[in-house]
Amino acid sequence: MITKTVLIKDTTPGSTSGTKEFFDVFTAALRESKLADEIRLVRAADIGVYNHGIVLKILPDNITYANVQHHDIKRIIGVTLKHGNPIKDLLYQPRAYQLRLVLKNCGRIDPESIDDYIAHDGYRALSAALQAGPDTVIREITASGLRGRGGGGFPTGLKWSMTRSTPGNEKYMICNADEGDPGAYMDRSVLEGDPHAVIEGMLIAGFAIGASQGYFYIRAEYPLAIERVQKAIDQAHAYGLVGERIFGSDFSMDLEIRLGAGAFVCGEETALIASIEGKRGTPSPRPPYPSVKGLWGKPTCINNVETLANVPSIIRNGSAWFSRIGTENSKGTKVFAVTGKVRNSGLIEVPMGTTLRDIVFEIGGGTASGKRFKAVQTGGPSGGVIPEHLLDTPVDYDNLQKLGSIMGSGGMIVMDEDDCMVDIAKFYLKFCVDESCGKCAPCRIGGYQMLNLLENISRGNATLEDLERLRLIAKAMQKASLCGLGQTAANPVLSTLRYFEDEYREHILNRRCPSKKCTALLQFIIDRSRCKKCGLCARSCPEKAITGDKEHGYTIDTARCINCGMCFETCKFGAVERN
Amino acid sequence: MIIATINGIPVHVAEGTTILEAARQVQVKIPTLCHHPDLPPTAACGICIVKVQGSNKMLRACCTPIEEGMNILTHDPEIVEVRRTVLELILSNHPNDCLKCGRNQSCELQNLAAAFGIREELFPKFISGIPKDDSTNAFVIDPDKCIHCGRCIEICQELQQVWALSFLGRGFSSRFAPAAGMRLVESPCVECGQCSSHCPTGAIFELDETVKVWQKLQDPDNYCVVQIAPSVRVAIGEAFGMPPGTNMTGKLYTVLRRLGFKAVFDTSFAADVTVME
Amino acid sequence: MDQAALETARTIIEKWRPKKGNLIMILHDVQDAFGYIPPDIARYLARTLHIPLARIYEVLTFYHYFKLQPPGKYKISVCMGTACYLKGSPSLLQELKNILNVEEGQTTKDGMFYLESVRCLGCCGLSPALAVNETVHGTLTKSDVIDIVSQYAKEA
Repeated sequence: MITKTVLIKDTTPGSTSGTKEFFDVFTAALRESKLADEIRLVRAADIGVYNHGIVLKILPDNITYANVQHHDIKRIIGVTLKHGNPIKDLLYQPRAYQLRLVLKNCGRIDPESIDDYIAHDGYRALSAALQAGPDTVIREITASGLRGRGGGGFPTGLKWSMTRSTPGNEKYMICNADEGDPGAYMDRSVLEGDPHAVIEGMLIAGFAIGASQGYFYIRAEYPLAIERVQKAIDQAHAYGLVGERIFGSDFSMDLEIRLGAGAFVCGEETALIASIEGKRGTPSPRPPYPSVKGLWGKPTCINNVETLANVPSIIRNGSAWFSRIGTENSKGTKVFAVTGKVRNSGLIEVPMGTTLRDIVFEIGGGTASGKRFKAVQTGGPSGGVIPEHLLDTPVDYDNLQKLGSIMGSGGMIVMDEDDCMVDIAKFYLKFCVDESCGKCAPCRIGGYQMLNLLENISRGNATLEDLERLRLIAKAMQKASLCGLGQTAANPVLSTLRYFEDEYREHILNRRCPSKKCTALLQFIIDRSRCKKCGLCARSCPEKAITGDKEHGYTIDTARCINCGMCFETCKFGAVERN
Repeated sequence: MIIATINGIPVHVAEGTTILEAARQVQVKIPTLCHHPDLPPTAACGICIVKVQGSNKMLRACCTPIEEGMNILTHDPEIVEVRRTVLELILSNHPNDCLKCGRNQSCELQNLAAAFGIREELFPKFISGIPKDDSTNAFVIDPDKCIHCGRCIEICQELQQVWALSFLGRGFSSRFAPAAGMRLVESPCVECGQCSSHCPTGAIFELDETVKVWQKLQDPDNYCVVQIAPSVRVAIGEAFGMPPGTNMTGKLYTVLRRLGFKAVFDTSFAADVTVME
Repeated sequence: MDQAALETARTIIEKWRPKKGNLIMILHDVQDAFGYIPPDIARYLARTLHIPLARIYEVLTFYHYFKLQPPGKYKISVCMGTACYLKGSPSLLQELKNILNVEEGQTTKDGMFYLESVRCLGCCGLSPALAVNETVHGTLTKSDVIDIVSQYAKEA
């Protein structure tokens, strides 16, 4: 009878045979101990622990051992399997990498129920803020060290006090939920999972700056978020938490949703304001800053979703509590959307100062394919790539900037050795070129010219002078573009050039793409020894460049081949090679 | 009053003065392209960038108000390099049609290229290739030559309130044209001419029929007459270096006769008739 | 312009009239009602709201969300967010172009499918993904595409 099950998995990155080997040794040892009928061994595909050598999970005891060596087997059988006692020095001790402050309620409360939110301390911070008064609120937020989570990292308390100190009896509060960064969905999750927290943050901010009207600017592509926020506003309205004389105080504030319409540049504050006013989202020069002259010419404060979601807990727990978390200049936690070639993709929330290595390897579990990690991109199209040797950098605003990237809104894309850095740079730059509003020359033309240069590099039609041209344009865009989009659009190009210039040179000098991504530089040939002469490739070829018959086999006419890769993907026997 | 320095030269200016205006007061020339004295700055071209001591950002002089204690630097190798690259980028998006362009020798882009000593092209040319709009009898819009300065939009929409021209699309393919696929003749355009007189390049230019007139004058079967608008007798003087306001009526009649017109009519005659009635 | 369309437009305008800066929200509602922004409606908006037509088209052509052409019955949006891109969404798009014989931003001749690439569906965990109208299909391979298309073609 089976009494225990042991799951086995070799979690060493890149290892393919470790599990099997260990499994065989363990099986033999069990037989020797005459336990083969009682203990079942299972080779697990994924055990939930990564980069800890051989990992065993013993069920139903739920004991996990990490970094197990072959010579540990005897002890495990003797102590744990026979007597059910754990072996202390082998126990896997998971570190608590994540700290959920912003995502605390997501998945735990019913986002469509204000009662549930209130039962979880909801709107207590608002009530406290109303009693404390605006100056105290701003002092608390300033002391907490909270910085804007939308990307720029501007101190939130300072922004509030600037808007507050501008004279005027009509002020606006805007929540920027136009999350446009490709590969990032933190704001969406917060709005869908805990809309009341953002509303509470909005109301506290509005109270602090003296606003009577607030707008949620949400991407039209997020219908559920829009629905949930609208529902939450209506509920809060019914409870007297939004609208006239909130909590019976003198403070009145209404909230309304305005939809974005597919323009990344509207993440830029002046462009966002133009969009809410019903105009083209083109940025305008600053100064005047929105805190002085914003929406409809009135003082306006714009905060990102995640920033606002942090506010209630800071007010509830005090600035000292918050500022204990994080690094010297970056306090609190940050939510990241870890995606790309990573094993565990998803939303994570970590204290500022967590290293990239912990995020990518411990939480993310390394690359999904088991292939070599190459780089991680932070900050989306305004950020940059960070290579393996810099992974021990603690994540905060200043460190990422030093590495040529930015914190950004929290997209984190993991890349493995199959990803070509020229291709990545091209992808992000293409994004910015498509999203450029077209108003200012450096961004409009500079981006287009750079994209063309990258295109030439990926086709092997470039010279080393083109790298200098890239740098020259990048500099002009950084210095002479009007808004953040243009000023940062060159970052992906500059950072890939900084860390992977070899790859660029390889494309240019040897007309070779080391990651085999740039199809124009590949050559397709049929390996006779593996070819089964089925003819599938010839039928799939759109250019009829593959000739032959079922008797003599097939060959690719390289002169006619357009490098589309159809044959490579079609061949079931791996007989089409690309070099 | 605000006290600041530009290239070390102290300036005293009123609050709200831009860096560009302040620099002009102390005879420091900052190159500009999209800026026009009649219009609020559109901040489009990025040529007028300057540095402020203590910051590694560059600011647009045309639209940034000078602040107390600012120490501004208008020229250093880095600034000039960035300006030059921006100019080269603009030129890469503009045809080399100068010899046959109506704005030849009065083109602000041409002047700037000359001032920067541009001798060769650093970047490949990408021209929009959008067809010209010559639907009216007043102007030709040539999108290829547009540098997106935004002056025509500012004039047409904000100053004249005509709303014939609009800023359509976005990014590299954005363009200035009438909305909804209309040609200029179908748009609300009243042919006031403000856009063409503010266009820095040949992108909006008066329809030129000089060649047609010459041909008609040469044709012995034609009896050519000419009629001049009242304002021309004064305005033409300036083109020949006369002091503004000089009345050129007599000279103008003589010249028109010498060109070959058989009769010269004057619109002001009809005006006189109207008055007499 | 038929009476029903006019009535729809009028209702939308009245709903938003008291709000400041309402143009984009009105355009959203118009697109929700008609599937795109019909030129007649754009002109009607200009007249009724006293907004220059130039302004309306400036806005329409700036935001990628607004469509000037009628869409197909099923809108297929292929995600081109970074995660999807890395995991091969360009090949999904190419496959759809081949199957449907249209380019991005076009509708098939029978008016059934409209193909577009979008920034990010916000489903990076399901990459590569595409959405048909509001339904997301995730972790796809090139060979899944034909099944999805034929499934919707059958339903219609």
